[in-house]
Amino acid sequence: MKRLAFLTVIIIGILLLWAESDLPRFGDPDTPSRTYVAGEYLERSLEDTGTENVVTAILAGYRGFDTLGELTVVFTGFVAVTLLIRRGGRL
Amino acid sequence: MRMSKVVRTAADILFPFVLIFGFYIVVHGHLTPGGGFQGGAVIATAIVLLIAAYGYDAIARRITKDALRNTEALGLIAFIATALVALALGAGFFYNWLAGTGLLFGMPVGFGPNPGDLNTGGTIPLMNLAVGIEVLGALSLIVLYMLSGTQEAA
Repeated sequence: MKRLAFLTVIIIGILLLWAESDLPRFGDPDTPSRTYVAGEYLERSLEDTGTENVVTAILAGYRGFDTLGELTVVFTGFVAVTLLIRRGGRL
Repeated sequence: MRMSKVVRTAADILFPFVLIFGFYIVVHGHLTPGGGFQGGAVIATAIVLLIAAYGYDAIARRITKDALRNTEALGLIAFIATALVALALGAGFFYNWLAGTGLLFGMPVGFGPNPGDLNTGGTIPLMNLAVGIEVLGALSLIVLYMLSGTQEAA
């Protein structure tokens, strides 16, 4: 069993190293993540949202749904802890 | 379990400063690194500091779970309400309807290097506040609930 796990790790490592050669170069300006909307965010976030912090402008402005989901995750975590740990009685 | 008097006094002195620092991170979320989540976590650590110094029983009597639960639900509702108001005004969900209107948080932001104006950002500071309130409630509650099962040696 231990040997099987070790073999799995080795095989996955070889696969990952093999796939790594297809990744874009570090800091390459032509990757899809840089050419798609990143420039738009940097150029327009100041006039769109009036926010100097571009990270916050993206989190709460452009991608508000993401933050909503994050808050829902926090809320769900709290509900789960409440349900798991309460000992009898009402909530 | 109460800690010694030195620890309790240090916690008393530090508590307001930790609260102020957390509130600063929340309110300046649209100007400096940070935001609602980080600031709420800092404020929650202030409550954890009090629990560490004074023990669970003494703190749970003053900071009730009911109050924190309401705080948390209020934060989530405030966040969704801020987004829904834009819908009522005829724009998209999460539209930043306050930015640049001259109302609360609606001042136009200056170009070039400047120290930053708190009165900018539209709905983003409001959302940061809502996120901060929610995270503060949720994290404190999780800590309180996790400690509620421990047996305290008198």
